Amino acid sequence: MSYLAKPKFQHPALSVNALGFTHRDYEGAISTLCAGCGHDSISSAIIHACYELSLAPHRIAKLSGIGCSSKTPTYMLGQSHGFNSVHGRMPSVLTGANLANRDLLYLGVSGDGDTASIGLGQFAHAMRRGVDMVYIVENNGVYGLTKGQFSATSDKGSKSKKGVDNPDTPIDLVALALQLGATFVARGFSGDKTQLVPLIKAAFQHRGAAFIDVISPCVAFNNHEGSTKSFDYVREHNCALNALDFITGREPIEIDYAAGEGRTVAMHDGSSIRFHKVAEDYDWTDKSAAMAMLERHRARGEIVTGLLYLNDEAEDLHARLNTTKRPLNGLGELELCPGSKALEAINASLR
Amino acid sequence: MPIQGVNDFVIRFANVNGSGSASANLLFARSILRMGAPIAPRNIFPSNIQGLPTWYEVRVTAQGHLGARGGTDMMVAMNPQTFDKDVASIEPGGYLFYDSSRPIPAAKLRGDITVLGMPLTDICTREYSEPRQRQLFKNIVYVGALAALLDIEIGEVEKLIGEQFKGKDRLIAPNLRALRIGYEDAKSRFSCPLAIRVRRSDAVGDRILAEGNFAAALGAVYGGATVCAWYPITPSTSVAEAFEKNCARLRVDRATGEKRYAIVQAEDEIAAIGMVIGAGWNGARAFTATSGPGISLMQEFLGLAYFAEIPAVLFDVQRGGPSTGMPTRTQQSDILSCALASHGDTRHVLLFPDGPGEAFEFGARAFDLADQLQTPIFVMLDLDIGMNSHLCAPFRWDDSRAFDRGKVMTAAELEQGREFGRYLDVDGDGVPWRTIPGTHPTKGAYFTRGTSRDRYARYTEEGDPYVDNMERLLRKFDTARKLLPRPELRKARQPTRIGVIYFGSTAAAMDEAAELLASEGVHVDALRVRAFPFGAELGEFIGAHEQVFVVEQNRDAQMRTLLTMDLGVDPAQLVAILHFDGTPITARLIRREIAARVRGFAAPLTQEAVS
Repeated sequence: MSYLAKPKFQHPALSVNALGFTHRDYEGAISTLCAGCGHDSISSAIIHACYELSLAPHRIAKLSGIGCSSKTPTYMLGQSHGFNSVHGRMPSVLTGANLANRDLLYLGVSGDGDTASIGLGQFAHAMRRGVDMVYIVENNGVYGLTKGQFSATSDKGSKSKKGVDNPDTPIDLVALALQLGATFVARGFSGDKTQLVPLIKAAFQHRGAAFIDVISPCVAFNNHEGSTKSFDYVREHNCALNALDFITGREPIEIDYAAGEGRTVAMHDGSSIRFHKVAEDYDWTDKSAAMAMLERHRARGEIVTGLLYLNDEAEDLHARLNTTKRPLNGLGELELCPGSKALEAINASLR
Repeated sequence: MPIQGVNDFVIRFANVNGSGSASANLLFARSILRMGAPIAPRNIFPSNIQGLPTWYEVRVTAQGHLGARGGTDMMVAMNPQTFDKDVASIEPGGYLFYDSSRPIPAAKLRGDITVLGMPLTDICTREYSEPRQRQLFKNIVYVGALAALLDIEIGEVEKLIGEQFKGKDRLIAPNLRALRIGYEDAKSRFSCPLAIRVRRSDAVGDRILAEGNFAAALGAVYGGATVCAWYPITPSTSVAEAFEKNCARLRVDRATGEKRYAIVQAEDEIAAIGMVIGAGWNGARAFTATSGPGISLMQEFLGLAYFAEIPAVLFDVQRGGPSTGMPTRTQQSDILSCALASHGDTRHVLLFPDGPGEAFEFGARAFDLADQLQTPIFVMLDLDIGMNSHLCAPFRWDDSRAFDRGKVMTAAELEQGREFGRYLDVDGDGVPWRTIPGTHPTKGAYFTRGTSRDRYARYTEEGDPYVDNMERLLRKFDTARKLLPRPELRKARQPTRIGVIYFGSTAAAMDEAAELLASEGVHVDALRVRAFPFGAELGEFIGAHEQVFVVEQNRDAQMRTLLTMDLGVDPAQLVAILHFDGTPITARLIRREIAARVRGFAAPLTQEAVS
């Protein structure tokens, strides 16, 4: 049996969000990943973010490719339609789904093999088209389901479980996303939920291509001494650029930080992001500064996490195509079929 | 003896690609059509933008034979590169029209044809100073000359020029002038008209002249397609372009400029079909247009759409394969790669339109079928149908026709407590119910996957649910047999033991071949296949005939393989008639090949047999 439904009962005192849903309503089937897998922490962060944002579960569509990470949509958001597509091709399927109905929220879950190797092309084009989505890569630097091969995000010199050094240069998906035109770019760590949950919340509120690379150690194949994607290594080398609170319009802003310690930025939709734990005087609207900063820390062997870049005035694919505000999948004969009169005119032009 | 023929001849233009000849040649063809004479024009073009040889052929056919005939009665030889071959290809008694500005040795010109030389370059150099004008107007000058030689009413050509340049009015007068220059020069130089000529007739009726790709795209508009994802590839590109053009005219909100359609030029064919599948899953009618190499790239996704049961429409405009093959030549060679696309046990639904008329009809209907069957539907065009203009009945649409969205469970039905299992066969036809994402807050959500699952879409690796699902898919395929367009029978005038199975762009040539054969005493019942999987009629037809020919445009007799596979008939019963050099199949070829194989028939091969 490879599908484990969760028992339906829940604690009667469980609190509810603005829609009257409990945390439980955002969960899915029981995970079949390895105990302690970083991916399960990310699923939990996604569930938490959706609950806190009071997103209607059935208005979210969750899509993935193939791999350990791509299995996780089964383990979250059980009231949402899900689509586990083919290896490396989630971005195109999600793009098509988004074209069909612009009113849903789209969550794409992928892994480093699924996105940086087989799916690099589709990742690139979804970013540059500005598909309105939250694209999360659960990045463990290794192929888990096929038992431990290096992936394209493995660092040069990182040691495999079998003791082999990776000879190739890694692909930094965050740097790529920046270059390709993603309008929300962040990196998180599965071991730091306090930082990750607000990042996911902010990404869901962003209208455009939002990309989050989440370092997510593989407990089975990439958590040993010599790996640069192990829990210990990432904890030691994590340079948290910022942590943030995502505040929707309805929530009152509670100030619990001393002046000068944080900054609150209003977004166009009435929500706001409050940054604290700011590592340096960093301007997240400056793309070239983000690129330079990434490179600086990479040279020091540090992993930068936090919100790296945000363009709050992004234009998504639908805006670029100027499609109607109504979802295309809701249009009928009246709106779509020009009828026999129009056909007569076309016939006349072909004589 | 010069060839004679009123409204019955083949003229071929040999041009240099990119020289502006295409619009002049179309002008020539349409002016004949305006005189009420049926025509069958065909383009033979290179994979090139400028410089390589290109040919345009117009068959004028009083009888309305719209297939390629083979052979050339008159050659308009405008390309020095191919001159010798072009001259050699003229039928004995035929005509050569060429640019005589540079003298050509008599040895190069045949004695058994009528040679008509006009110094086109000299005339244009005299009349125009700009090099580009000299080139472009040369084409119009020869159209004027041909109007005189073939007795085409100059007034019709002039009217068409007026229509063609409507909105760019300053171009009208110079074009009319060039036309007149050619017309008057020919009148003074040659004895006009020739023994082949055009005469006003009323054989065209209300028919239209349309390209299959245009028709298919228009069908997609009428069929309610809202999402088009595609990657440029010859010969399918004009499907997406025509969809865009028609949508821009018919589906844009006048007040806001907002579009009731979305077209994405994908990064490759894999992404294109991925987008179509995503949109289909999410309840929009979506399609892609491609050709053989694209079908090869889409294989993995097509297996997903088959197994996860997602509606999708593909227009496959077939070209010469394998590999890059002959990108600008026609073939029917993607039949098996579409019918059996992807790894594992898969079967797909194919439609075979015979020309623009059915390309429009099937183009619209494919979207209903995709929703009804929740699977990819392939509309199998080819370069000949798609990129050549064909005379056909006007497109028609019944305004009372509604889209059939198939089995989609609504929020109200879910609310009433109707049982939902995504892969549950509640109606016994193998077609399950689906829900569109976002339908109901707490009911009807399911997980779509390419891995095996049970009737409630739950992942499983157990054997029984897998087999249960695979067998239901076969039941669904049987349901498809009943929904698809039936084959069309063209019965012989008298009872016969000979049957012919044909499909797609072979139709016009086959109709003509059947007439040719009948005139020689060989009577054939001909059945035109219009869809796969096949209905019961196919098996009955094969059983009712002693000798059955299967005519197709590929090397490996792919349709014959599909027939034996799907119907379980003995392959020995089916005799393959094959044509696969990249040119459209001709009536002459079919007639010759069948005549040579009919038992007890030894008719002499007629003079056309060389073609």
